[in-house]
Amino acid sequence: MKNNSLWSDALYRLSRNRAAMLGGFVLIMLIICAALAPWIAPYSYSFQDLNLGASPPSSDHLLGTDILGRDLLSRILYGARISLLVGFVATGVALVIGVSWGIVAGYIGGRVDSIMMRIVDVLYGLPFIIFIILLMVIFGRNLWLLFGAIGAVEWLTMARIVRGQVMGLKNQEFVLAAQAMGVSNLSMFRRHLLPNILGPIAVYATLTIPQVMLLEGFLSFLGLGIQPPMSSWGTLIKDGVESMEEYSWLLIYPGITFTITLFALNFFGDGLRDALDPKTSDN
Amino acid sequence: MLTIFFKRILLAIPVLFAVASITFFLIKIAPGGPFDADRAVSPQVLKNLNETYNLDASNWEQYVDYMSGLIQGDLGPSFRFPGRSVTEMIATGLPVTFELAFYAILIALLMGVFSGVLAALKRNTFLDFIPMAIAMIGICVPTFLMGPLLVLIFGINLELLPVSGWGQLSGDKLLPSITLGFAYAAYIARLSRGGMLEVLNQDFIRTARAKGLTERMVVIKHAMQGGLIPVVSFLGPAIAGLLAGSFVVETIFQIPGLGRFYVEAAFNRDYTMILGTTIFFSAMIVFFNLLSDLAALWLNPRSRDA
Repeated sequence: MKNNSLWSDALYRLSRNRAAMLGGFVLIMLIICAALAPWIAPYSYSFQDLNLGASPPSSDHLLGTDILGRDLLSRILYGARISLLVGFVATGVALVIGVSWGIVAGYIGGRVDSIMMRIVDVLYGLPFIIFIILLMVIFGRNLWLLFGAIGAVEWLTMARIVRGQVMGLKNQEFVLAAQAMGVSNLSMFRRHLLPNILGPIAVYATLTIPQVMLLEGFLSFLGLGIQPPMSSWGTLIKDGVESMEEYSWLLIYPGITFTITLFALNFFGDGLRDALDPKTSDN
Repeated sequence: MLTIFFKRILLAIPVLFAVASITFFLIKIAPGGPFDADRAVSPQVLKNLNETYNLDASNWEQYVDYMSGLIQGDLGPSFRFPGRSVTEMIATGLPVTFELAFYAILIALLMGVFSGVLAALKRNTFLDFIPMAIAMIGICVPTFLMGPLLVLIFGINLELLPVSGWGQLSGDKLLPSITLGFAYAAYIARLSRGGMLEVLNQDFIRTARAKGLTERMVVIKHAMQGGLIPVVSFLGPAIAGLLAGSFVVETIFQIPGLGRFYVEAAFNRDYTMILGTTIFFSAMIVFFNLLSDLAALWLNPRSRDA
């Protein structure tokens, strides 16, 4: 290999990891399907054919229809939009909070650091799921609130990881040189520290997405997440459970889709971690 | 060790106090009162209700009132179930949830530690790959999907086990416990495998082998003590997850536990019940985290003397 930068090295290792590549492929397909849902879905997600009722998979409706005669395949495709959107946006929120918190704590250090990390420690010990439920009950079941609430919960680990990395970088020559040149704190964070910790951030972000999607599914399953007529995979599974005795396909297909997505994300995240940090790949 | 213990307890008290206060005021700013039922209540009845529950007092008065009750273990009356106090409802639901969580943890530990240790010892063989693949399934299939699938297979299609209930039909505790425990078994298997692999390469294991101990003694007495520390530290946070899992499992299997009460309270906007259970859950989680940190400290000989 000519170019031995961290990223090209990692990319090479990643391309050799079959499980991770398969996971990545599945994810890209899913994202494309979700983005194109209005064009590739055979029916609208709210189109009802009440004469049909719940019918098993057939050539007209590849995955069958639900009790209101809505095409399940279309609903899964539209559900992918919501589920993936929640996964990415909430992870983004967590990323922004966690990275800023971790950089500031790690770089400034001293008293500020110990207070900031103490806060993280304390928050770690609290039952956040309950607070999300509380927020959803009090402020209504709003999609943006859901993003914010989940993001506000998932940033803690990110803050810890970033802080650890920054502590390691803080005393290196290039940081000292930048300090000597009088670089402001803000551009120190942006230009010098952030690019050097992108690897661990990317890995942890990939592994946060499935957790966030699980959380959304959990809330929707309890009826506290996405509200009808919108549907996420969590609400589809919830609906499926309610009628699984007679119409088991309504549970099984959304369940399979959800599980495959989580598998793909986990495999891809694990592969990315191994590729970026070969040291840990051995256990 | 004792100092750490006391420091942590001292920190826990203001944290719980803050949780209680924040939750209290969050609920106060919630739109809609607890008595905005489907049927409009006549003004006179509403006035009486507000008087009974002291809702006319200023927020500050109500807060002081609530907090002084809290210290004495009184979480106020339930808005939804007149005549029952929140403390009473927690006392009814708690033993059920505890039993469920206990079985789930038991299943998770037995399955997880056994398969994780085995996988570490037989690394890169079939006995490593199969349990780890199953563990991946356990991590990727969420509880709210696992539960219904188990019901569909064992309850409805095979008709082997009851589909719901708790302690009414024989065997009805099995499916909920497995549903709740499975994901944790998966995490524990991965953690104990990783922990064991780390320990097995260390010098003290070589020493133990060199002095002629049987492999069984080496594994059980020397390797597992260190190798399972990650599992012990995981158990504290796992309690928080178990709680969330119990919301789902108790809803699926219609188990009259604390988790289901909480979800119902959230739907019914039974604010006092939500407030009380939130504080109670927080206290429990803080307590279990403390316990598992201490256990992990105690298991690690390096920090034991500190």
